[in-house]
Amino acid sequence: MASTTRTTSAPRKDEETTPRPATVVARDEEHQAQRTWRRRDLLDVDVLSADEIEIVMETADAMQEILSRQIPKAPTLRGRTVATIFYEASTRTRASFEWAVKALSGDVVNLAPSTSSVTKGESLIDTVRTLQSMGAGSIVLRHPESGAAAVAARHANVPVINAGDGRHAHPTQALLDLYTMRAHWRGDERDPIRGRKVAVVGDVLHSRVARSNAWALTAMGADVVFCGPPTLTPDEITEGFRHAGRTVTVVNDVDMALDGADAVIALRLQSERQIQGLLPSLRSYVRGYQIDAERLGRAKSDVLLMHPGPINEGVEVTPEVAAGPRSVVQEQVQHGIAVRMAVLYLTMTGQSEVGPAA
Amino acid sequence: MLLRGARVIDPASGTDVVGDVYIEAGVFQAEPLTDDQNARVDQGRTKVVNGTGLVVSPGFVDLHCHLREPGQEHKETIATGTEAAARGGFTTVCAMPNTNPPIDSPGLVEFVLKRAKETGIVRVLPIGTITAGRQGERVADLEELASAGAVAFSDDGSPVANPQTMRNALMIARNLNLPIIQHCEDPAILGDAVAHEGWVSQRLGLTGAPGAAEESLAARDIELAALTRAHLHLAHVSSAGTIDLIKRAKDRGRKVTAEVMPHHLALTDEWLLGDRGSDWPTGSEYDTNLRVNPPVRSPEDVEAMAIALRDGVIDAVATDHAPHAWEDKAVPFGEAAPGISGIETAFGLLMTRLVHTGVIDLPMLITRMTIGPASVLAGVPGLGTFSEKLGPDVVILDPNQEWTVDPDEFASKGKNTPLTGCTLRGAVVATIVGGRVVHGEKALDALERVGG
Repeated sequence: MASTTRTTSAPRKDEETTPRPATVVARDEEHQAQRTWRRRDLLDVDVLSADEIEIVMETADAMQEILSRQIPKAPTLRGRTVATIFYEASTRTRASFEWAVKALSGDVVNLAPSTSSVTKGESLIDTVRTLQSMGAGSIVLRHPESGAAAVAARHANVPVINAGDGRHAHPTQALLDLYTMRAHWRGDERDPIRGRKVAVVGDVLHSRVARSNAWALTAMGADVVFCGPPTLTPDEITEGFRHAGRTVTVVNDVDMALDGADAVIALRLQSERQIQGLLPSLRSYVRGYQIDAERLGRAKSDVLLMHPGPINEGVEVTPEVAAGPRSVVQEQVQHGIAVRMAVLYLTMTGQSEVGPAA
Repeated sequence: MLLRGARVIDPASGTDVVGDVYIEAGVFQAEPLTDDQNARVDQGRTKVVNGTGLVVSPGFVDLHCHLREPGQEHKETIATGTEAAARGGFTTVCAMPNTNPPIDSPGLVEFVLKRAKETGIVRVLPIGTITAGRQGERVADLEELASAGAVAFSDDGSPVANPQTMRNALMIARNLNLPIIQHCEDPAILGDAVAHEGWVSQRLGLTGAPGAAEESLAARDIELAALTRAHLHLAHVSSAGTIDLIKRAKDRGRKVTAEVMPHHLALTDEWLLGDRGSDWPTGSEYDTNLRVNPPVRSPEDVEAMAIALRDGVIDAVATDHAPHAWEDKAVPFGEAAPGISGIETAFGLLMTRLVHTGVIDLPMLITRMTIGPASVLAGVPGLGTFSEKLGPDVVILDPNQEWTVDPDEFASKGKNTPLTGCTLRGAVVATIVGGRVVHGEKALDALERVGG
């Protein structure tokens, strides 16, 4: 990891320069106070102010810059270890976090307790404390139960980053989705997300992605339309957003949901929903809610088609649309690393407007 | 003991007066005292306590608590559970049979009674299971359970889902003149729900079940009770829709009674967000101490419970005291064991939320904690009033004393309360079972010095 002996022609100072994104954006002192990252944990987006989200976005910009270098690495987390605990299978999110840690020169310890062994004697709290005692500098947790990250955070004395808890929240996914939209819409506008319409289509009921995205988007001034079969889009889900200052609505007709949309997020459909009787058949879902070229045509011509992955091609979206010109799915994956770097950086070294300890 | 100047409330006899009362083993009596009693007072052989501002009422009766013995003594024992009951003002508690093993045979009923006699400090009335092994299929030998001392039957913790089983049980219980207590939650609707279905459960991503899960089973069993002319008692009613069903059944003269828990009268699902209302400090999101069956519900449901309690649609307050060990709750919300340790906070919570807010008055609250539950247990004479037969079971209350809930000070082994840090107005000063002070000796001593 030591860079000084490398023979590449890239400017060496790159690797010794740690980004100071939390401060670069401050314009005046008053503003600076609001723009300070003070959170130890990232459990959900719902607690984040627009300013805090903007800090993550701007920090991610700096991380993107690092990732674009010839040697895409910064020494920010050198000597520090991030423990990932995944009680639920995930290859992508875990790989993305691992990549992010390594790009910041940190070490990773991965724990994947089998979900079937979540029994007494192998408690979450015990696992968190054990990893902490081993010296984990932060804990990245995925768990099938909503609220699990909150439990971990209550019993941890290091940052806890929620990598998905049940149906509740998936904050880094929401932030990377937002980052992707922002990357496309930034242009000259100061407020690229404000006034946008984002349709979230699919199994909203079981989706932590839908919930966290709605928090992130409404915080930044977008309106959200949830769309899916009635059994998967409960009306009550919108009530929690009644103070969000933007509208979050449920629409069961996909053409209405997509009409004039700036972005469409297709959610992953688990095949077990059919067994649970929530869907009469996969065919009925495809007929009613699959995003195809015609349906996408109702959205704005420069609409962004997004998906948290992995896609069931031919179910949530047609292969043609998934690989089509409006799809930004691969960008999402790439931005995921930058955003997770930003979150690791802010939670592990942030908490003050002073730059990172290098 | 002579208690001077207290307000004496006995709903059974319609008493509500301020006066002096003399309490001794086998004796509960308002002035005038006998010569012998006067002599004891004059000679300082009996305690004279200043009761100004205090309320004296018959001891509370809890239709529904979990003492966890046998089998889960790490959560509670009859000794610790009855000590907790005494602190809560309860002089009689009904022990639910979902122990390990469940109380489905006469020998086990006798075991509970024996342990209660040896280690309990309040009266313990055992409830037997409805079905063998609490499995929900084959009806247990209810006659034998009754002979051994069971005062009612319940598979509490689980509903009896099979309607034919329920019908058979009701027919047998009718002949014994004892109530069947049903835990109303339709397992098919419930699924793996851990919260009330509504915007809060959606926001937190918790699997929710609607009030209909309770209402559908209540509706079925009310019809089965009508069919069998048996006494059906609905445990822990929580949903506004169930109130309408009970009211209609009562209007038609059916033998249906119901109880409600303090937490369903005072706590809403918004507590799951950490929002404990403006009077109390913010709680924590996903507090597993709020994981309870049936779940804490919407503000509308909570309001309906209070009105139903006031109007007598609901007969009794019961605690559903459900103590758990630390590790049962130190898990993600959906994995937490359901139940609230609530017997020590019941009176204070209801005073704070119902009486001091003017929803019901104090005599009504006492009614629903004494003769209300006693009426459900019609087979046990003398409960819920100043009975000479049982020897006086009395509770001395301070309606205005403020105290802050600290589970570390509970007598119960179960520290699982969602009320930690909440200040309640209304406290149990002392509890007397059969004329013997089982809680509050020190408090009475202090009052003796003041008033002596």
